[in-house]
Amino acid sequence: MEKILEVKDLHVTFKTYGGEVQAVRGVNFDLKKGETLAIVGESGCGKSVTSNSIMRLIPTPPGRIANGSIVYKGRDLTTVNEKEMRKIRGVDISMIFQDPMTALNPTLTIGDQLTEGLKQHKDISGREAKKKALEMMDLVGIPSPEERLKQYPHQFSGGMRQRVVIAMALICDPDLLIADEPTTALDVTIQAQILELFGKIQERTGVSIILITHDLGVVAKIADRIAVMYAGKIIEVGTKREIFYESQHPYTKGLLNSVPRLDIEEDDLIPIDGTPPDLFSPPQGCPFTARCPFAMEVCDKVYPDSASCSNTHEVDCWLQDRRAQLVSPMAGTKK
Amino acid sequence: MLRYIAKRFLIMLVTILIIVTLTFILMHAIPGSPFNQERGTSEAVQANLEAHYHLDEPMYIQYLLYLKSIVTFDFGPSIKQPTSTVNDLLGRGFPISLELGLVSVIVAIISGILLGIIAALRHNKIIDYAAMAIAVLGISIPNFILATQLIQSFAVTWQILPAATWSSPKHMILPVIALATGPMAIIARLTRSSMLEVLTQDYIKMARAKGLSPYKIVFKHALKNALMPVVTILGTLLAGILTGTFVLEKIFAIPGMGKYFVESINNRDYPVIMGTTVFYSAFLIVMLFLVDIAYGILDPRIKLHKKEAE
Repeated sequence: MEKILEVKDLHVTFKTYGGEVQAVRGVNFDLKKGETLAIVGESGCGKSVTSNSIMRLIPTPPGRIANGSIVYKGRDLTTVNEKEMRKIRGVDISMIFQDPMTALNPTLTIGDQLTEGLKQHKDISGREAKKKALEMMDLVGIPSPEERLKQYPHQFSGGMRQRVVIAMALICDPDLLIADEPTTALDVTIQAQILELFGKIQERTGVSIILITHDLGVVAKIADRIAVMYAGKIIEVGTKREIFYESQHPYTKGLLNSVPRLDIEEDDLIPIDGTPPDLFSPPQGCPFTARCPFAMEVCDKVYPDSASCSNTHEVDCWLQDRRAQLVSPMAGTKK
Repeated sequence: MLRYIAKRFLIMLVTILIIVTLTFILMHAIPGSPFNQERGTSEAVQANLEAHYHLDEPMYIQYLLYLKSIVTFDFGPSIKQPTSTVNDLLGRGFPISLELGLVSVIVAIISGILLGIIAALRHNKIIDYAAMAIAVLGISIPNFILATQLIQSFAVTWQILPAATWSSPKHMILPVIALATGPMAIIARLTRSSMLEVLTQDYIKMARAKGLSPYKIVFKHALKNALMPVVTILGTLLAGILTGTFVLEKIFAIPGMGKYFVESINNRDYPVIMGTTVFYSAFLIVMLFLVDIAYGILDPRIKLHKKEAE
């Protein structure tokens, strides 16, 4: 399958009064047509910054893409000027935000907000735009769309608003959809509905999805591949199966281990001890060293190279090095 | 909506009644009458005059007579200027005051909002600091000081603008600047801060993610939301501009209502005091009502009466 997006060695920094924060420190990944890639990680690991960089929505200054390339269909988005970028946003790459309660403008009607992207980018009559809007409302499952178009966001429930946001993102038929924590602000039953909707949309439109989340349950449901981010780097990437069943990085294992499970009797949640490193001065070696139960001397000094476990599975960990094979399995890890 | 307007109209009538009553009480609480000034008049003449203007009747009769004149919109003759009725004075002075007030309000709103937007979009840059410095000056300098300084600079020293009176658009420049600067500064500061807040909202990011032009993002998505607090204080600003006209008309010798209003109080010219007060309060109350309506138009979440909100 053809690759539609290739991110290479992406570095993003933010200037603050305290110094320069290195939010993203050399991220590599690619995305194929029709594929769903989930980027998971805890708060502040750089997943949202990565996705905002693809849209070039990093507030500049203080933020800036310091290095690397984001190649979308053969075009490096880091070199495109703002005016050209506006023609890409919404048309080729769209974005869905976390909180549907705030993502819609309270003073404009749903219909207006839904069609304005279309009117901006395509030479289209008001009537055609409305027809397309009704189509999208139908696709995302909003009942009595004709009436709903005239309403304002406060007349919609949270789940319905997220459907509107999704319709808004998809109205210009983009090839890539970036969903930044699309279900976090919704309650669980609505979450399930929205995730199902993503599946349905992908089936119908063949759109590629980058899903940013910290919810492994969401990932398990709709991702094809998973990239695990930690302290501004992708430390492990693989297919859903590879990450859930054959994860190699101690951080990934810890992350999976910390998910509360209904089928195992366990009184306490299992946390990963410690906190992520300070990104003002990130460690030279593997950033997980301080929290890693298997940390070796080398981990603190040199960042490991990517090791391939399969064609699709790559891990940045010294444990994968031939010289470090004699380690016992991680305590508390259940398979 | 109609029910709301009807309800508001009733409340407005009650408000005016209260204002009329209070003004009546205050007016008669001031010692003196229109006829006992320095030049004494004989008691017979005084009694005749008082009888003519019903000033010899008991207070409650005077009050009822007054209410009648208000209901019929006939405020009667001025006591001090017997050739004119109060309606004549209003008809002569009010259009001029209205012109001064209205032009000032428009100038204040447009320039204040523009200044606020520019400052917000250039947040923490030199333009922002400059705009806010102007705003702070505008808020701190009282309009009568600004007015005299403007006259001093533009009319006396440089002699490029007329110092007083009201006969051509050129004459409007200085009084309008003096009157509009304060409200403009308040609007600019308010627009800036609410604009800054709105620009960080998710729906602005969403609008950017849709690939909309910066112009559309600012004027369609941000401004409407940012103007809510501005509309809120517009009522107060209108009252400020209204009273400001009284002072500035005096300074610039503009033949508006202000002159008659101040003189009427000095002279205890009861019909003129009552007429202008009632007229101005009615005007202000209608303005405030329009502001409330504008609120509902700007923000669809605000419903003007309960049934709609349900």
